[in-house]
Amino acid sequence: MSVLVFAENQGGSFKKAAFEAVTYGYKTAQVLGTECIALCLGEASNAGELGKYGASKVLSVADASLNSFDSQAYTNVIAQAAEANGANVVVLMHSSTGKGLVGRLAAKLNAGSAPGVNQIPTNDGAFRVKKNVFSGKAIAEVEIKSAIKVVSVMGNSFQPEAVGGDISVESFSADVPASRVTVKSVDKVQGSVPLPEAEVVVSAGRGMKGPENWGIIEELAELIGAATACSRPVADTHWRPHHEHVGQTGVAIRPNLYFAIGISGAIQHLAGVNSSKVIVVINKDPEAPFFKAADYGVCADLFDVVPRLIESFKKHKANV
Amino acid sequence: MKLLVCVSKTPDTTAKISFNAENTEFNSAGVQFIMNPYDEWYALVRAMELKEANGGTVTLINVGPADNDAVIRKGLAIGADDAVRIDCNPKSSLYVAQQIAAFAKDGGYDIVFCGKETIDYNGSEVGGMVAELLDMPFISFATNLQIEGSDATIVRDIEGGKETVGVATPFVLSAAKGMAEQRIPNMRGIMQARRKPIDVKSPIDFEDLSAVVSYEMPPAKAACKMVAPEDMDELVRLLHEEAKII
Repeated sequence: MSVLVFAENQGGSFKKAAFEAVTYGYKTAQVLGTECIALCLGEASNAGELGKYGASKVLSVADASLNSFDSQAYTNVIAQAAEANGANVVVLMHSSTGKGLVGRLAAKLNAGSAPGVNQIPTNDGAFRVKKNVFSGKAIAEVEIKSAIKVVSVMGNSFQPEAVGGDISVESFSADVPASRVTVKSVDKVQGSVPLPEAEVVVSAGRGMKGPENWGIIEELAELIGAATACSRPVADTHWRPHHEHVGQTGVAIRPNLYFAIGISGAIQHLAGVNSSKVIVVINKDPEAPFFKAADYGVCADLFDVVPRLIESFKKHKANV
Repeated sequence: MKLLVCVSKTPDTTAKISFNAENTEFNSAGVQFIMNPYDEWYALVRAMELKEANGGTVTLINVGPADNDAVIRKGLAIGADDAVRIDCNPKSSLYVAQQIAAFAKDGGYDIVFCGKETIDYNGSEVGGMVAELLDMPFISFATNLQIEGSDATIVRDIEGGKETVGVATPFVLSAAKGMAEQRIPNMRGIMQARRKPIDVKSPIDFEDLSAVVSYEMPPAKAACKMVAPEDMDELVRLLHEEAKII
């Protein structure tokens, strides 16, 4: 019996999202009275660090062909590790890769699954987990009845908790199938924080009046280490690139802090951001629906408020 | 090319979400249902474009009860040639995927299209499950698809960027924003859709391995705290001391 966590590395090193998944796996293992084993695919540098978050064993398949993601090859190798370690729960990250894996792995293992969970499972005779549904407008409790279970953990739902130290990495010898998908090129967004992983997001909408006015948004974002985002009309009119579009039909995010600047707060936009921990809304329209979803609001012209906010953050940074 | 597009019925994006008294079922009273936007705007429209450019057929598949036919008709109005509905009330993603795979297994489809997720259950699971059950490659979050003969070049979203991959047919993909532009069916399409066949089939047996046991609404937000526009120092102070975020 064990909980197997597939910890994804990013460009060869493990970051916070992987530590969150191991923390989730460790807590799940405690509930079930078993151990948490971390599995790493591809070449990575700091796999031993996963021990710090509760993995009693770190298994690595350091095969260069696994450096890029293919759902079929990954599924195959994870299934081998699950079988070799008698896993009864497999934990994935609910990332782009994890979302591409969760269904496939569940089908392969003939496992019941719950994608995007944000709570530790119960262990009162039934295995139940909670996840957001209806784009964050409700929460569902899912019961999984199969002997082996697959869950993927929503990012930023659990903070990594160090419970031990680095441990040595064991090599896991797996039969790695040849991938039928060839990677031709990779284009990572350079220099800025990737939106789905950002802890702070500065987002702006039609209230900006035009793409030439985005300087203050970028300045604010850079100052506080935030990613930039936008509403759907802004992306659709090509003021900003599509990958910045957050909302029900764009990227769904759940940062610790979300600034909505000049965005009215249509229900479809809210659905993509309403799991953010703290929401600040800046809008000159007191009737903007976004204020109902906000923790803090400023009702004024954004072109007055944002430069002032930048000055206040600068002052704050100088004082801490 | 033979193209199969998996379409799902979901509540409209603006629908009010509520549940029955026991909180075990979605309350569909007064709710308008639509075709899942990712299935319609991106998967189906891109399949139509490929058919228009290269010839072939576009078949829709839906796993659900008879009242899903309205949504299927819309897909036919957008231009799909025919449709099949597996007549059942599915409770889990794997059940749905089993039905689609059983239908597609001997169908000789070159590409099976799904949307990247449904806007109700937000699972992103069915495409990958169908691919596994059919032993096909699966390309998730595809934002661009070009075909030359049996070779496809696909751009997909990955963590923090994009990746361009090559894969040969047959394969399964899930379509995300960027893949195509929404199409509004015209009157001719709507008229023709009435005469197109929806083949209703019985489901294969498959016992659900997971199920939603209850729903709840997220905790209500406390009222928004308004900060005077002149005093942004106060907003920063609140974020630092009260919210403890900055």
